[in-house]
Amino acid sequence: MDEVVLRKSYDVEAGDFESAGDASAGIKATLKRLGVPTGIVRRVAIAAYESEINLIIHSMGGSLTLTVDGESVCLVSDDRGPGIASIEKALQAGWSTAPDSVRSLGFGAGMGLPNMKKNADEFQIDSTVNVGTHIVMRFHLS
Amino acid sequence: MNPRNYSVYLDKDRCNGCTHCLRVCPTEAIRVRHGHASILAGKCIDCGMCIRTCPYHAKKARTDALARMEDFKYRIALPGPEFFGQFANLESIEVVLEGILELGFDDVFEITRGADILAARQREILQSNPRRPLISAACPSVVRLIQKSFPELLPNIIPVQPPEEVAARLAREQFAVRHQVRPEDIGVFLFTPCPSRRTHVVTHPGMERSHIDGAISIMEVYAAMSSRKHPAATRAKSCATLYGMGWGAIGGESTAMGLNDYLAVDGIQDVIHVLEEIENNNLTDLQFFEGMACKGGCVGGSLVFENPFVAKNRLRKMMEGMPRVRLDGEAARVILGEGNDVLLDNPLEPLPEPKLDENLLVAMRKMEQIDQLAMKLPGLDCGSCGSPTCQCLAEDVIRGEATELDCIFRLKEYISQSARELLDVSCNPEEE
Ligand SMILES: Nc1ncnc2c1ncn2[C@@H]1O[C@H](COP(=O)(O)OP(=O)(O)OP(=O)(O)O)[C@@H](O)[C@H]1O
Ligand code: SF4
Ligand SMILES: [Mg+2]
Repeated sequence: MDEVVLRKSYDVEAGDFESAGDASAGIKATLKRLGVPTGIVRRVAIAAYESEINLIIHSMGGSLTLTVDGESVCLVSDDRGPGIASIEKALQAGWSTAPDSVRSLGFGAGMGLPNMKKNADEFQIDSTVNVGTHIVMRFHLS
Repeated sequence: MNPRNYSVYLDKDRCNGCTHCLRVCPTEAIRVRHGHASILAGKCIDCGMCIRTCPYHAKKARTDALARMEDFKYRIALPGPEFFGQFANLESIEVVLEGILELGFDDVFEITRGADILAARQREILQSNPRRPLISAACPSVVRLIQKSFPELLPNIIPVQPPEEVAARLAREQFAVRHQVRPEDIGVFLFTPCPSRRTHVVTHPGMERSHIDGAISIMEVYAAMSSRKHPAATRAKSCATLYGMGWGAIGGESTAMGLNDYLAVDGIQDVIHVLEEIENNNLTDLQFFEGMACKGGCVGGSLVFENPFVAKNRLRKMMEGMPRVRLDGEAARVILGEGNDVLLDNPLEPLPEPKLDENLLVAMRKMEQIDQLAMKLPGLDCGSCGSPTCQCLAEDVIRGEATELDCIFRLKEYISQSARELLDVSCNPEEE
């Protein structure tokens, strides 16, 4: 049997609060439709939402990609910069560079990356300043 | 799926296949095929949106006839707050209570009494259960929606019975003791504002059994009462409190619980949006979420007569003169009696929708086919094909329940292409 892989990619634009949540809603709906166990769907949904918001608030635009194969669900967040200077700090709960304008919208608690890491079974982040940030989150199906 | 577990149904003779209901159904549970609508039982949450919308009144609710009370030696009526909002120029609630007795009931027990007890117990549960937000269990449509589409949020639902069940048990017990009769000779009847409360009586999720023997639509009771004379004397005394009465409209439950950190959201679409937020962990600081399927809350139920805004205004005015009393947990326990509580017997179960396929890999293949087909469709979500959206038609086709040419745009393309081919053949007949 040839390998079955389902892939859906969503572009996320910088500063586009109007569409905030669309990508993660699409990802959640797809997984529910597929009949992925509901506990996993919820963890993916939480991670996807945090990734999407980070792309909007902190990045210069990028994409969120869902991949499902027989073994796992994978989320990849990819952007075109500005990159993260200190990944170590960024991963600390409560650390945020969000400006006040964004904090007044209820974001900027510095909990996004820690929550993504907590909810994924595998979490990998690579970032190069002035190039971009690449995050891979994997959720095991069994 | 047992059709008895659903209360909304279609009167085929009245339906002309217009697709109005298709568009308003929040769970995409309706299809129009072969010229009339049909309801997919596995998806319906009995919210009543289609009942309100159908211009031909072809969508109806199964409820019990008023005459069902004849089956019982003694009968008790359970009216909720929204019932009292149906009547204009009320000098007192007692007039309505009397009118109910004159229909042939032996007793009336106001559901607000169940609500008062619940408010007290729910406040205690909020203290002891750290999960946030806790979600109201008062609207059975919302509970069923969570069972179907948000099963991960089931532990957030306060595990209590709805107010009418709390009231029904007390009503039966107190009547049996007071009149020295057997509880099983008593019929307890809910005046229901909606199909979903009736469904709850039949399915009683999380409860071993319902304490209610039948659900009569408010519309039917209202019609029976409006043809009678205004009662002169009054026998029954109202026990309604301001806070209990508040449960008839959105926000009343949270107010009754004395909360200030809550969201009270009416209208099933908006409720769905908030549940999405809760599922994404965006509202983990919130104490309580009160979601009601109907606009305005139960005053806006699909089986009530009066305009919900008018009914709500009447409730508000009635409440002005009512005692501002809240029970505390201790008082609630005393009323409930030794060994009784408002808690559910069992945890609420998920009610998952049928999957694309049991096998994930097969489901993924189907999903791919669905997406490919959906790209060929116009994306107008016009409903003419009988499915609520293009995406939904694509899924119906892959499930084998519809065909691509049910789409009138695809059909048009197909016809013009066939015509072109035919023309090509006749203009350029192959040379011998
Ligand atoms: N895609 C990204 N590109 C550049 N910087 C990022 C990106 N994602 C996160 N960061 C940086 O990492 C910090 C921490 O991110 P995290 O998501 O944990 O918190 P936050 O977004 O600031 O607040 P919250 O997610 O709680 O609303 C951010 O403040 C930002 O400086
Ligand atoms: S809001 Fe009230 S009337 Fe409407 S479905 Fe829910 S319980 Fe029934
Ligand atoms: Mg963030």
